[in-house]
Amino acid sequence: MRRGWLALCVALCSAAPALAQKTAADGIAEYRKLLADGNPAELFEAKGEDLWKQKRGPKNATLQACDLGKGPGVVKGAFVELPRFFADTGKVQDLESRLLTCMSTLQGLDAAAIAKTPFGRGEQSNMEALAAWVASESRGARMNLPQGHAEERRMYEMGKRAFYFRGGPMDFSCASCHGTEGQRIRLQDLPNLTKNPGDGIGFAAWPAYRVSSGELWSMQRRLNDCFRQQRFPYPGYASDVTVALGVYMGVNAKGAESIAPAIKR
Amino acid sequence: MADPMRIRAQVTGDKVTVRVLMAHEMETGQRKDSAGKTIPAWYINEVSASLNGKVVMTAEWGPSVSKNPFMEFQIKGAKAGDKIGISWTDNKGEKRSDEAVVS
Repeated sequence: MRRGWLALCVALCSAAPALAQKTAADGIAEYRKLLADGNPAELFEAKGEDLWKQKRGPKNATLQACDLGKGPGVVKGAFVELPRFFADTGKVQDLESRLLTCMSTLQGLDAAAIAKTPFGRGEQSNMEALAAWVASESRGARMNLPQGHAEERRMYEMGKRAFYFRGGPMDFSCASCHGTEGQRIRLQDLPNLTKNPGDGIGFAAWPAYRVSSGELWSMQRRLNDCFRQQRFPYPGYASDVTVALGVYMGVNAKGAESIAPAIKR
Repeated sequence: MADPMRIRAQVTGDKVTVRVLMAHEMETGQRKDSAGKTIPAWYINEVSASLNGKVVMTAEWGPSVSKNPFMEFQIKGAKAGDKIGISWTDNKGEKRSDEAVVS
């Protein structure tokens, strides 16, 4: 009898702290919530808005006539429909490759030189700010990438192949980490990017401010780092493979609410 | 000249909550660049907040504050329409002041 009571007590006593314990994901979610109120991405948004309206480049022009897919100068809601097909360039473009096009055609800046600039320097730091501002203008809208054009569907298939392509010294693909539910690296939950991982997660959360480095990361930079982690060679800035991956992830995330520019640890 | 601050000041009950984001590198002086040379310290060391021109708070900061710092505080007795001023000085003597109206 006595032994029975003791066993019961042990069972109850050990159950109590388990109930009170937070999971790692809860802790991280709480930390993010605390940070979100003072997201320094706002500083980049303000800078981006100024840059959009500022006369720059050899042609001394603003970006206000830039067509992001919803007509010249329409920024609201454009972000959640990118990447998409653009008739003037005959290509599927994501936000950054489209901004490059506008910067070269409207302002006369050298797109190839900007693409070669390391992240966070020179014109690339302006690009981050512009991406942050354009994304912020669609905050709260739902991802809705068009798939009407044949080229958009082709890019989706290309992105899918790139996503599942294994290689490099680790024999990794994007899908190794982002292809199933409930995976994580250390304490970081990894979204399943083969389907809609939910509101404000995965594709719907970039660009984002990274607290650890104090920098704003655009989607191109995010992808660049994914390639680095796989020990693949770096993809070219605004290259077809990065845009294709964007189409694949973006179409999969259809319906997810965009919270970009978000904040990351 | 440093980039502008983002200041939000909102009435919450009988207090005003002020949230400030400052754009600053906040170099600690402990880091080294890719060539192995120490990056010189560069951080905000004085912050002051004013309500309608009257100083209500001063703070001494150091290198341990993060890059692009966020500061939040509350002022008793302030009301909508009041002017909140924030200014900082860094260790290089650079200054920045911005203002916001309580809403």
